[in-house]
Amino acid sequence: MSVKDYLRERYMPHLWCAGCGHGIVMNNLIRAIIDLGLSKNDIVMVTGIGCSSRISGYLDFHTLHTLHGRALAFATGVKLARPELSIIVPMGDGDAIAIGGNHFIHAARRNIDVTAIIMNNSIYGMTGGQFSPLTGHDKKATTAPFGSIDHPFDTVRLAMGAGASFVARTTTYHVTSMKNILKKAIMHKGFSVVEILSQCPTYFGKKNNMGNAVDMLNDYKTHTVPIGSKKKKENPDLIERGIFVQEEREEYCAEYEMLVKKVKKE
Amino acid sequence: MNKKKVFVQGNEACVEAALYAGVDFFAGYPITPSTEIAEQLAYRLPKKGGKFIQMEDEISSMCAIIGASLTGLKSMTATSGPGFTLKQEAIGFAIMAEVPCVIVNVQRGGLSTGLPTSVQQGDVMQARWGTHGDHSIIALTASNHQDLFAMTIEAFNLAETYRTPVILLFDAVIGHMRESLIIPEPGELPLVERLKTSVDEKTNYHPYLPREDGRLPMSDFGGVHRYNVTGLMHDMWGFPSTDPRVAYILMHHLYEKIEGHVNEICRMKEFYLEDANCILISYGASARSALHVVQSRRARGERLGLLELQTLWPFPAEAVRQKCERAMYVIVVEMNLGQIMRVVKRAIDDPNKLFLANRIDGELITPQDIKNMLRMIYGKGV
Repeated sequence: MSVKDYLRERYMPHLWCAGCGHGIVMNNLIRAIIDLGLSKNDIVMVTGIGCSSRISGYLDFHTLHTLHGRALAFATGVKLARPELSIIVPMGDGDAIAIGGNHFIHAARRNIDVTAIIMNNSIYGMTGGQFSPLTGHDKKATTAPFGSIDHPFDTVRLAMGAGASFVARTTTYHVTSMKNILKKAIMHKGFSVVEILSQCPTYFGKKNNMGNAVDMLNDYKTHTVPIGSKKKKENPDLIERGIFVQEEREEYCAEYEMLVKKVKKE
Repeated sequence: MNKKKVFVQGNEACVEAALYAGVDFFAGYPITPSTEIAEQLAYRLPKKGGKFIQMEDEISSMCAIIGASLTGLKSMTATSGPGFTLKQEAIGFAIMAEVPCVIVNVQRGGLSTGLPTSVQQGDVMQARWGTHGDHSIIALTASNHQDLFAMTIEAFNLAETYRTPVILLFDAVIGHMRESLIIPEPGELPLVERLKTSVDEKTNYHPYLPREDGRLPMSDFGGVHRYNVTGLMHDMWGFPSTDPRVAYILMHHLYEKIEGHVNEICRMKEFYLEDANCILISYGASARSALHVVQSRRARGERLGLLELQTLWPFPAEAVRQKCERAMYVIVVEMNLGQIMRVVKRAIDDPNKLFLANRIDGELITPQDIKNMLRMIYGKGV
């Protein structure tokens, strides 16, 4: 199987801008699924609203393109109804952490076996460049023309605090590790979160004078470090990437099955 | 006669009916006065291998049942007042994406937090127009437990038949009142199961291409047909489209599949309408008081009749017009500021003969409240 076999080519061209990082995520996600040998019929992809969420339309799985922020709530219904299916939920930063924040922390708390991919481009792209909860202090956006006074979430710490049993971060520059992390996340039995820093040269980059897509990719190279590296101690502003949490813990649907077995005996 | 007779709350009757209809998935969030439905299903569903989940809010509950329904399970949620408001976004999605599901709204009093344990019928218009954009919807109600049982089953049947969310609008006093209920034998009431596509794996399946009879066979998520489901305007493949022709056809289909079947969908009960010169139109708990007035006045020879609506949406406008044709007076009896009265006004030939007997203070409308309106109409003063 090649990458093309997973695309719904009749729905191309896609709507992502030139230089957008989301295509790199889609490419590596397909490669991860090919490596794992998963059947297309066994994958349900659920997305919300935003640039990131359009990924579901382009991929040849069972795809559910839902409401802004609600992808994980829909996904919870699909997974609990059919636990044997693999559920992948790509989301944007605003989608997952702002309007979908409550669903995000509760999906993590339940440790339901869903792979949540947060394609973090630090901006609301679909609506034209407004600031998101991950935009960052002093950064500019159309709704923060003088620089944002909002402080960002650390998605990794949020996911860990909420109880996700697999938490990782990577970037669109680090494609090999992205693929490997996605493979581990999909195979992980429990709620897995992969934050992928994904460049938006059209809005976030332009508003903040970050250059073109290549410049932004180079920034991911220079501004991120592997977890526990010495550089991070010297420069706390660097962003760590890698797998932060990978724990075996009771998964929600498995617990439900145990409950059913118990009450049927009574 | 070994039928099972039980003495239960209306909310319990709803649960019994949902199980009879084959509910396999419930997602909900606690809210008065509907909570007993979630509590009972938390107990009953695991025992039959069904799925119960208490979600983090009303929004996610509605989303979860849509997700579950797409895998082929009969799914429902239950809520009241503020929770019904929160569900509106995803109800619109279910209409657009044509996903069968059942939403129970045990109506409580007032707007906002209002009167959580009191009765009002203020959500009639929200059931119709709660979600944004032009659309059509099915909403049913009932005045007693036996009817509530039948209408709950009807809700599941209509949801499957028309691939649409169906709303059950019950009243707090019905939900919490205890009354006897005879549970029908299995097979006694007809059940509509999901219409699944007969298209095989090698043939293209169009999830949004209606058959000649207007119905759309489904394919379960996880099955051999992979397709896209979206809340965007979409073509027969389920793929987003901004083509004006696609949008027009879809808007028309979503509206016509319900409004074009109003006669098949609508249920109503008639009491003494044949020779009635004064017709009460009512529904839900209000219809109990209305029926009491009609029966007591009939005993005195007065020609009163009652039309009890069991389907509020789509509104059976033509049937109501015909039935009210010969009446001198039509009185809508309801517990709101005239939500159904205004719809009746548009339906009947002479709006000048229409009156409203209502109550909006959280108390059940009484026969005396209705009699007071009769005295006014007949010029006897109150």
